[in-house]
Amino acid sequence: MSTLIFRTVAPYLSALMILFSVFVLLRGHNEPGGGFIGGLIAASAIAIYGIAYGVETVRRAMYIHPNSLAGFGLLIGALSGVAAIFAGEPLFTGLWWIPVVGGVEIPLSTVMTFDIGVYLVVVGSLSSIALTLEETD
Amino acid sequence: MQMRREQVLPALLGFIALLLPTAAFAAIAVPHGNGPAMLTEPTRYAAWLTVAPIVLPIIGSALTLAFRHKIAWQANIAFGAMFLATVSAVFLNIVVLSHGPLLLAAGNWLPPFGIIIAVDVLGALLVLVTCLVGFIGLSYARCDVDHEGASFGFYTFYCLLIAGVCGSFATGDIFNLYVWFEVFLVSSFGMIVFGGERIQMDGAVKYGVLNLIATTIFLIAVGALYGFTGTLNMADIRHVLAETEGAPVVTVGALFVLAFAMKAAAFPLHFWLPASYHTPRIVVGALFAGLLTKVGIYSLMRVMIMLFGDKGTMFLPLIGWVGVATAVLAALGALAQTNLRRLAAFLVISGVGVMMIGIGLDTAEGLTGAIVYAVHSILVMTALFLVIGVVERLTGDADLTIGSNVYARYGLAAGLFLIFGLAVSGLPPFSGFWPKLMLVQASLAGSGALALAGAVGVILSGLLTTIAIGRAWVLVFLRPRDGSENGHVAVGAPRAMAAPLVALAILVVALGLLPTIVIAPAQSGAAGLLDPTVYLQRVQDME
Repeated sequence: MSTLIFRTVAPYLSALMILFSVFVLLRGHNEPGGGFIGGLIAASAIAIYGIAYGVETVRRAMYIHPNSLAGFGLLIGALSGVAAIFAGEPLFTGLWWIPVVGGVEIPLSTVMTFDIGVYLVVVGSLSSIALTLEETD
Repeated sequence: MQMRREQVLPALLGFIALLLPTAAFAAIAVPHGNGPAMLTEPTRYAAWLTVAPIVLPIIGSALTLAFRHKIAWQANIAFGAMFLATVSAVFLNIVVLSHGPLLLAAGNWLPPFGIIIAVDVLGALLVLVTCLVGFIGLSYARCDVDHEGASFGFYTFYCLLIAGVCGSFATGDIFNLYVWFEVFLVSSFGMIVFGGERIQMDGAVKYGVLNLIATTIFLIAVGALYGFTGTLNMADIRHVLAETEGAPVVTVGALFVLAFAMKAAAFPLHFWLPASYHTPRIVVGALFAGLLTKVGIYSLMRVMIMLFGDKGTMFLPLIGWVGVATAVLAALGALAQTNLRRLAAFLVISGVGVMMIGIGLDTAEGLTGAIVYAVHSILVMTALFLVIGVVERLTGDADLTIGSNVYARYGLAAGLFLIFGLAVSGLPPFSGFWPKLMLVQASLAGSGALALAGAVGVILSGLLTTIAIGRAWVLVFLRPRDGSENGHVAVGAPRAMAAPLVALAILVVALGLLPTIVIAPAQSGAAGLLDPTVYLQRVQDME
């Protein structure tokens, strides 16, 4: 699958898809999207890059091992749930903090950090599977 | 001994992690009220105890996965997580025993729409035993699992498995129960192929396919139940089912019985268990034998007795008769085995049969006996598998066709095997005696064919088990080696491996000598299942 066209397009396509996945992740709370679907898009981007340039290149480019990424995601997700204890609320209650920067409200919450955790788990585990499958080809 | 540099940081982290929650839990368990009557209402932080034995192992598994390249940290992280989970399970038991069912609505979404974690006495007891066995098993795994295993993610799966089992015991939502089934199923898939040998793949496929079918049947039953009750909350389901008549109740009930009986490895759906439990790493087999079938039994109790209430009684004779068949036939199967692990696997199934007899009797005494037996079975089955693992390490194999003369060469291992073997058989002064006595008494107190068959089944399976253990004792432990080798090499067992086994032996003897420490909570747990008024009231108060 290392045709010239594909190899030329793949980096741009992957970069665009990862950007889009972050967009989908962040709009997820009130509109269609979220951590899971965002993670799927990012994992496909990684898979495309792997098909074009080989697994070794992707592993170098990712820097962190996909499994570790999934581990950190799970950790972020679990801690977002546990954070509610400091507010005296039950597990997984959403905590909101909405700072105003230059007149723009930026809603930050443990719901969002949980979604980021899900995103990382999905990216990590699926890219781990995809890269292993591409390796054995 | 000088500590290696890479061990200092995890040890320090572990120490800090130890101090903080212990202080926090101490604060929860002793609410600062005024006057002597301060144990009236648990603080709102006490509800966190219900999720602590689930969340802590999950954080442990996340940390082991995140720091997967730090091999030296893996066992320490898992150890810390399991230790904290066990401590919190102890406090959970203290609070639940004094205050009754403890509830937590995840995300503050109230029942009947949100998912609640609801731990009653039965759940708390089983969570504690699970954490205890998980912790003890981990000290064994530490000696057994090498660096390669740690980098494969053994400790990650281990923590996740414990979290899944604790979650199953703690949840108050039937779909959530299915999710926890999936959690420990996925981690058990990871653990069963651990090692990657051909025979392990064979075992994994049998295990995987049968368990997936059982879980799918469970999911179908949950879907159908939701279809005609419109709720997934366990307390709410009980209210609705009490007013529902007709075919849907029977159909869904039958599906639940089928799914859980398959999970528990009841006859005639037991064949997957001996086919797969002897292939994985021994500590994996021990954990599976101890915990996974008991989740099936627990679900059977929770769903057929608490959720279905009066409607569930129509299934109890079926469960009882299946239990009789399982107890006797599996013990007969154990007699026919030539491999110690397979023998132990059949004894697991026989125990499942004994517990099902207790459920099938439809009395508080029978149910209490089944719960006590479940606690005993979790401890002793794990222990039996672990001691077989030690024997295999010492002699190279654990085959009944070749004598190994273990008794003369390794007295401690032989003695421990005898203790656990006799405990499984139900001989005093070990833990198995009391639940079997209670079950026989409960059977004889009843009337009808099932009551008689129950008593005969419990006693006969005990007798057959004793013969099977005696046979193994004579053929493996007493008979000198006759020269024939089958290629396995003895790897020896480190001294540290004795510690978890001795700890389990102490527990087994302690439960035999002081049975009330389990019988009292089991009675209260059985009463809570048969008449869950307090549980239902607590859920209603939340709404």
